[in-house]
Amino acid sequence: MTELLLLALGASLVNNFVLSNFLGLCPFIGVSRRFEAAVGMALATLFVLTLASGLSFALWQWVLVPLGLEYLRTLVFILLIAGVVQFAEIMVRATSPLLHQLLGIFLPLITTNCAVLGVALLNVDRQHGLLESLVFGASAGAGFGLALLLFTALRERLDTADVPRAFRGAPVALVTAGLMALAFMGFAGLGAR
Amino acid sequence: MNAGAILIAVLVAATLAVTLGVALGWAAARIEPNADSLVERIDALLPQTQCGQCRYPGCRPYAAAIASSAAEIDRCPPGGEATVRALAELLDRALRPLDPEFGVPKPAQVAWIDEARCIGCARCLPACPVDAIVGTSRQMHTVITRQCTGCELCLPPCPVDCIELRPAPAVSRRYSQPRAA
Repeated sequence: MTELLLLALGASLVNNFVLSNFLGLCPFIGVSRRFEAAVGMALATLFVLTLASGLSFALWQWVLVPLGLEYLRTLVFILLIAGVVQFAEIMVRATSPLLHQLLGIFLPLITTNCAVLGVALLNVDRQHGLLESLVFGASAGAGFGLALLLFTALRERLDTADVPRAFRGAPVALVTAGLMALAFMGFAGLGAR
Repeated sequence: MNAGAILIAVLVAATLAVTLGVALGWAAARIEPNADSLVERIDALLPQTQCGQCRYPGCRPYAAAIASSAAEIDRCPPGGEATVRALAELLDRALRPLDPEFGVPKPAQVAWIDEARCIGCARCLPACPVDAIVGTSRQMHTVITRQCTGCELCLPPCPVDCIELRPAPAVSRRYSQPRAA
């Protein structure tokens, strides 16, 4: 139990996928303009990450390893992730057309969110079991969501701030992301092992 | 690497792809986007002129506003009395006359460009909500009558006033064909 808790803490805060490993920066910058869209993106990514890490573990353990096809993992995982993302899109469209419209192109783009593939590959590399994989995926998604929501709230405030002209828009957003990454370094050593 | 290993790899990848495809196809067919929602049904009753006289950007946003009770049903002059009646029936709201603040009903009309006067400025192209104007910069423009909804939105941007509205041909697209999906 402590092991799982530490794993979750590590994946969501200490080694935050966005702010320490710099994975999944595309939606981090792209969908951080409006808070509602960011909430939707965070939830969709959490859903996709959890489902994809469980399924990729099953595929790895029960198909790829027995058949000696470990070298196919990148290709097979991307195929799997693309399928899961399509499924997530169908779900979002059915449950909330408004959210579907807000997320727009960024929903299918979760496929190319490298955090998703990163989690699947890290699970294999670190030889996580099924439960560990699921926890790792979910907490990576939670960490992504946390960073995204904090960043979106900051950016919404920045919109009304008097920023020097040269820094308006993307530059100040990138500076903010850098400062957030620095702040997240404060978690280093938390639950170290 | 021998031929057997390659065959197995191809088979595994293909099986996975086909399985995912079938599962997604099934899910897409099973989990319908809620097309039957109130907004869709209201939208189907609106005339689809996209004229914006209701002060919403188009028919669908107006349908969403009606569904959420943010707007009354009396804002659609192109639809006229018939649309108000159909909406009142669908929503079980009181029948009310059109609000003249949003314009008065006119007979069906289509835009027509006086091609001799058109200077090819292309300013009417972005104004058209249904892309019914063809033409490009420094070339003469013309209106695809079959697609024009007569919304009048192309009149204000024209710098030489070469667009005028004429009575629609007897059977206009709106009354003869269902709207393309």
